[in-house]
Amino acid sequence: MTARKANSVLITGARVMDPASGRDEITDVLIENGQISALGAGVQSKGVEKINASGLILAPGLIDVLVKTGEPGAEQRETLRSAGNAAAAGGVTTLIISPQSTPAIDDPAMVDFIMRRGRERAVVHIIPAGGLTPGLAGNGLAEIGLMQEAGAVLFSNGDKAIGNTAIMRNVLVYAHGMNALVSNRPVEPDLGINGVMNGGDFASRLGLGGIPAVAERIMVERDIALAETYGARILIDQLSTGAALDAVRRAKARGVQVYCSTSIHHLTLNELDVGDYRTFARLSPPLRTEEDRNALIVGLKDGTIDAIVSGHDPRPAEEKRLPFAQSSPGAVGLETLLSGALSLVHNGDASLLNILRALTKGPAKMLGLPSGKIAPGAVADLVLFDLDKPWVCDANKLRSKSKNTPFDGRRMQGRAVMTFVGGHCVFNAQDRV
Amino acid sequence: MANSYRDTFTGPHLLGIAGLNRLEVDSLLDRTADFMVLNRQRNKHSDVLGGQTLINLFFEPSTRTQGSFELAGKRLGADVINMAIKSSSVAKGETLIDTAVTLNAMHPDLLVVRHSASGAAELLSQKVDCAVINAGDGSHEHPTQALLDAFTLRAHFGDLAGLRIAICGDVVHSRVARSDITLLTLLGAEVRLCAPPTLLPGSAREWGVQVFYNMGEALDGCDVVMVLRLQRERMTSACVPSTREYFRYYGLDRAKLSAAKESALVMHPGPMNRGVEIDSEIADDPNISLITEQVESGVALRMAVLAALAEGRT
Repeated sequence: MTARKANSVLITGARVMDPASGRDEITDVLIENGQISALGAGVQSKGVEKINASGLILAPGLIDVLVKTGEPGAEQRETLRSAGNAAAAGGVTTLIISPQSTPAIDDPAMVDFIMRRGRERAVVHIIPAGGLTPGLAGNGLAEIGLMQEAGAVLFSNGDKAIGNTAIMRNVLVYAHGMNALVSNRPVEPDLGINGVMNGGDFASRLGLGGIPAVAERIMVERDIALAETYGARILIDQLSTGAALDAVRRAKARGVQVYCSTSIHHLTLNELDVGDYRTFARLSPPLRTEEDRNALIVGLKDGTIDAIVSGHDPRPAEEKRLPFAQSSPGAVGLETLLSGALSLVHNGDASLLNILRALTKGPAKMLGLPSGKIAPGAVADLVLFDLDKPWVCDANKLRSKSKNTPFDGRRMQGRAVMTFVGGHCVFNAQDRV
Repeated sequence: MANSYRDTFTGPHLLGIAGLNRLEVDSLLDRTADFMVLNRQRNKHSDVLGGQTLINLFFEPSTRTQGSFELAGKRLGADVINMAIKSSSVAKGETLIDTAVTLNAMHPDLLVVRHSASGAAELLSQKVDCAVINAGDGSHEHPTQALLDAFTLRAHFGDLAGLRIAICGDVVHSRVARSDITLLTLLGAEVRLCAPPTLLPGSAREWGVQVFYNMGEALDGCDVVMVLRLQRERMTSACVPSTREYFRYYGLDRAKLSAAKESALVMHPGPMNRGVEIDSEIADDPNISLITEQVESGVALRMAVLAALAEGRT
């Protein structure tokens, strides 16, 4: 396994798992000219490099929705290049970039800048999400049409929810007229305005301000009501509570075009991980209760949750080595997204197909991306991973410029071995031990 | 000349298109045709309104509508006065009624009113003894604009039945759009609306029209494209992101117009925002644009309305 920047590769003997087609079989995959050209046992092609992948799983490359880097404006946190390297090492082949940078991605020139910068610097696909409101200030309407033409595939206000319902209604219906997908962070902004962790008994005992679960449910119910009334589509970005998840499930059953994502941290950790004021466990939305986590697992299995995201939000030590309430929320996650999701498989919470669906087909479908599948003619964005590989997460070894992961020190099982973007090998675990 | 009309429109007021029937509309348009002829003569004077008083009561600033009514009244021999009242001092219904009572004591015969509040003309008409003509009330109706649009179209196409007409732009805030939709559908035209959904009433599909968000689809096969003015304040109220995005998707230019029939004509109630809702190339092309004809029709149409209402009162 030494392939590097090879244009034609034959991957043999891997267990090919593709949620888009339901395929789960040991077979061979031929990559030519950046595309998957053939699938099937015994596919032959002369002179191409062969990779013996027996014992490994080949899946579509992961699509991570609403990733923050620090570029532009806070390059000390992360650049598109460092984020791309971290993503490749985690089997993530497409990053949908959050518009929450400085300046914000709120006009077509910024969309164009991020796309060009991504092509130049990052080894994975960089696709920006456009801002919903100018400067993400929550007032007015950003140039959704022009940004979409420039290449934005999703519209978001970052982690700042749009609190003004009239603005949200206008944003939603305007985007609907442009066939653009809107996402909103589900938190009623006035509730828990000083909150730094999940509102509840544990926060009270720690003496920390809480963000109550109901703040999330109120916003989810509001946005669903708007989407339902106006026939628009909406993505609930990073849902964290069982009550809000129930609202989404009910709305989907009524035929409302609502999607939702949750982060890998919310599927694997709970508020107790805050422990003795661990700032690496300060996230936005905050880690919730074990009941909430279990509800999210059910939502993942029954398909209510469309996407698992990393919630990647790099914060250097100077933003984390602070008293809990003064630290910045957020965790890096690109490199641990796949391994974290595989931990759900190993502990019996979810099936491999469950998690791969929410990491590939789910986000591709809601964003209308051509990737996220293994099929002849599809772009060769692929991850080859070892389901069982044991390793210990050492934050200092992460490729991100910031090392803020709540998984630091955790024993993990399963890891990416090789990652292909457009047929090029962009990560090979053997290159770096 | 008045007796020669099969005159079915006699008032007592002209408050909106809603409430007019087909015969009343036809009689007004027939009458307009004669005034068009009069207005192109050197001596444009008629004495139909001799001795009568017309008050132009404008609570909102207006150039062409007020001027058009003033000219119409003067050409018909009426005594015309213009009263421009800042709407800020008469914001409430009570004060509007007070104004009406005051004016009524001056015994006008015709009262032309524009007000920023929907229903203001209707309210006034209940409190005065003269004929009230609605020159635009809030986002409700602007009947003389719709009638002059219909007249302009009739002059070009003969009959409006079966014409495919797209009304593009800020429908939700537009009194012109409401009056036009009602009148054009009454006259048998197929009306389509096109705007971003933030500028369309949520219930527009129940108005007997087709609704589009995309100009290419909306204009497909259209005989006429009516463009509405985009108010600047739509940008701050999150209805439209920017003038450049609006122009890109909804501003009428040659590329978008190419979806319509090759012979398609363009209308605009004025005043225009060039480069926002309409490209100068279209607005200034005499083979396409009916905009100046609309203004010309406006004076004749208003003369027809004033004459018919005055007759109705005798």
